[in-house]
Amino acid sequence: MDFINHQLFIKDINVHIDPILPKKTAIITHGHADHARFGHDHVIATRQTIDIMKIRYGDKCAKKFTPLRYGQKYSIKNFDFTLYPAGHILGSAQVLIEKNNHRLVITGDYKVGKDETCKNFKLVKCDTLITEATFGLPIFQHPDPKDEIQKLIQSVKINKNNCHIVGAYALGKAQRVMNLLRQHKYNETIYIHGSLEKLCQYYSKEKINIGKFEKVSSKDKSFYEGKIIIAPPSALKDRWSRRFSNPIICMASGWMTVKQRAKQQGIELPLVISDHSDWNELLDTIKKSKAKNILITHGQEDALVYYCKKQNLVSKPLSIQGRGDEEIE
Amino acid sequence: MKKFSSLLHNLILTPSRNTKIKLLEDYFKILDINRAYALAILSDQLSFQFIKASKLRELVYDQVDQHLFDYSYDYVGDLAETISLIWPTNKEGKSQNLSTLIENIKKIKKSEINTEFSKILSELSNNERWTLIKICTGGLRIGVSERLVKTALADLYNKSVNEIEEIWHGLEFPYENLFQWLKNETSKPKIDFKKLFHPMMLANPIDEEKDFKRLDANEFQAEYKWDGIRVQLMVSSKSVSLYSRTGDNISSAFPEIIESTKGDAVIDGELLVGRNFKPSGFNDLQQRLNRKKASKDLQKKFPVFIRAYDILFYKGKDLRKLSLFERRKYLEKFQKENKTNQIDLSSIINFSTWDELTKYKNNFHDDLNEGVMIKLKNSEYLPGRKKGYWYKWKKNPKLVDAILMYAQRGHGKRSSYYSDFTFGVWKESELVPIGKAYSGYTDKELLVLDKFIRNNTINKFGPVREVKKEIILEVAFDDVFPSTRHKSGVAMRFPRIHRIRWDKPVNEVLTISEFKKEFKLS
Repeated sequence: MDFINHQLFIKDINVHIDPILPKKTAIITHGHADHARFGHDHVIATRQTIDIMKIRYGDKCAKKFTPLRYGQKYSIKNFDFTLYPAGHILGSAQVLIEKNNHRLVITGDYKVGKDETCKNFKLVKCDTLITEATFGLPIFQHPDPKDEIQKLIQSVKINKNNCHIVGAYALGKAQRVMNLLRQHKYNETIYIHGSLEKLCQYYSKEKINIGKFEKVSSKDKSFYEGKIIIAPPSALKDRWSRRFSNPIICMASGWMTVKQRAKQQGIELPLVISDHSDWNELLDTIKKSKAKNILITHGQEDALVYYCKKQNLVSKPLSIQGRGDEEIE
Repeated sequence: MKKFSSLLHNLILTPSRNTKIKLLEDYFKILDINRAYALAILSDQLSFQFIKASKLRELVYDQVDQHLFDYSYDYVGDLAETISLIWPTNKEGKSQNLSTLIENIKKIKKSEINTEFSKILSELSNNERWTLIKICTGGLRIGVSERLVKTALADLYNKSVNEIEEIWHGLEFPYENLFQWLKNETSKPKIDFKKLFHPMMLANPIDEEKDFKRLDANEFQAEYKWDGIRVQLMVSSKSVSLYSRTGDNISSAFPEIIESTKGDAVIDGELLVGRNFKPSGFNDLQQRLNRKKASKDLQKKFPVFIRAYDILFYKGKDLRKLSLFERRKYLEKFQKENKTNQIDLSSIINFSTWDELTKYKNNFHDDLNEGVMIKLKNSEYLPGRKKGYWYKWKKNPKLVDAILMYAQRGHGKRSSYYSDFTFGVWKESELVPIGKAYSGYTDKELLVLDKFIRNNTINKFGPVREVKKEIILEVAFDDVFPSTRHKSGVAMRFPRIHRIRWDKPVNEVLTISEFKKEFKLS
């Protein structure tokens, strides 16, 4: 496993996984901006991830694309690559790298819980596991998303004169919230911030049930009373959100576990809906992977490294440049 | 308990005052024993003897690995929240109401506290657990003042908030007389005012630009603002008691005052340490603070006295409706009649223009006052921080440039930002820390500093990050004392970040000996 360095770079064949800067060959785990960047020569990813990159950055965001199906093997010299579902967002993948009988898995961002908007996580046994640790602290024990979405539906019922603006990451989380609302019989039109439109259309095209949605327009303020609006978190603080009368500010994120966090961000209705594994799921994945060597990337790596060492697993943090501590989900 | 904990949850997340009042009104529509407990909790009147923060830590260490807890606490920055989140979740027990739960906890014997209280925590939902721990550790910090609760009750039951305020300190759990009066079943509770702590009159900071243009200097009197602790002294032929600004009885900590004071009055003043009415600085006063009792030795080493500002009652007569000017005459009379008291009077500064007062504010001969108080001669003694009567005008702070050395995540509102900063000055080619500050910066500056720290960490010691020595902070502070406890030999009083000095190179920062010389410590 010394064939890969702390930047997820395989020098022997000049391949990077989720590089921040433009590179020759890049394997991309999923379409979030801290993983998928513009300007590589050759992108290897799932078809959906490639589609999403093209929607976000344009058709020419890489010179060459190689779409891979989940489970399809792709070889470069004596390295074999296979993508497996990561359950994070549509198209998200884990990367299995095999070389001389050594199996190394890079989980990318992943969640174990069920999600109708993407293929569910598949556990891949391996010798070395490079896992994320976004929620790598035992305080993070995500509740059932069903209960969380009910909070939103209840609040909409009670507060008929308010509109509910839900902050949700434009790719993945927004569509998951919409899908959860549909699963729980919320059948009204959902209003979305303009930046979500193309991605929502894409999810619909991929036959993911997010129901009827419409872009927010400059209608009368009162029109949005009693409605649900979904917007990227950045828009909550922006002037954009002031066009609505009596908004109740909500946020769908794993960070909402911590009340003080919600308060800092001015969130009145926190919804703990996460696309990352919580603490117990991280531990469970580490255990079931049977890996003896655990490398931990971005997030709260200290606690997880400590835990693995206590389990007699070789473990160390990998610090990958350009990944924020906690801003991104 | 479910209702009360969801009330607190909603209150903490609601920025709007009106919504907070509405939430409180919804909750207090019924007035029962649960609401009585709620009222006691919201006004910080309830505490459990055996269950404090240290006990809670002990309990949580039984449940989870200590290191994992510490990592989590460092991240969350709030003890109650960390424990409530990390506590292993069992199956929730039957929901109990607030009063039953509290009464059950009160019944727990000290010897059984560990098992019994842990059991209770395990049976609660996450949010209830958070609420209960907040109750135990006191100080809810949910952005709801006692005043706001009173306002909600007044609005809901058509009373005036001042009426509630007036009788508040005479009320006791379970507030039956208050509740009956609110529901119009009885008349307003009769309170024996003589035995009561009377809410103090407080000052607002002066706005130099606006207020001095607006206000007529001739209508005001000025006094020095002393840096001690504000107290209310109640003396009669039968008893003497001393209260802190928040109404806590602190008599037992200052026996020499209780034993020596004669007369019949209620006095408002400042408690100071010093001999022959010469205050000796806050550092000395600190030796007497936060102690329940004072040994003879301590009394001898750090004797205290009271510098009187005002008088509220004189021989049973309520003076609060009189003007400050007239009250002062009563105060002087009381003083003349009881010369053996450890009490002197706060002197009045003569001035005729605001400009003239400036010189008193900044150039007083020693460093023991914090500035001046400016009081309307005509002012009644009004409880709370009413605008337009009393102002405080603080001295310009002392300033020093120091280099950011270490940072730690903050607590409460600033949890998870790196917002506690340790800074230092040169000692030969090394830096020596001179203080720690966690306020003063703007939200924008905090973000910049937080980002700098994350990107420029050179070392981690548990929760503390050492950073590259590149950022210069201009630190404001009230005072600085010699200290044997710190490596640098100095201890600052109330240091805060004044601004970031982007313009200054690190080699221009003072050395520790220059620092000591500048602030007259050597």
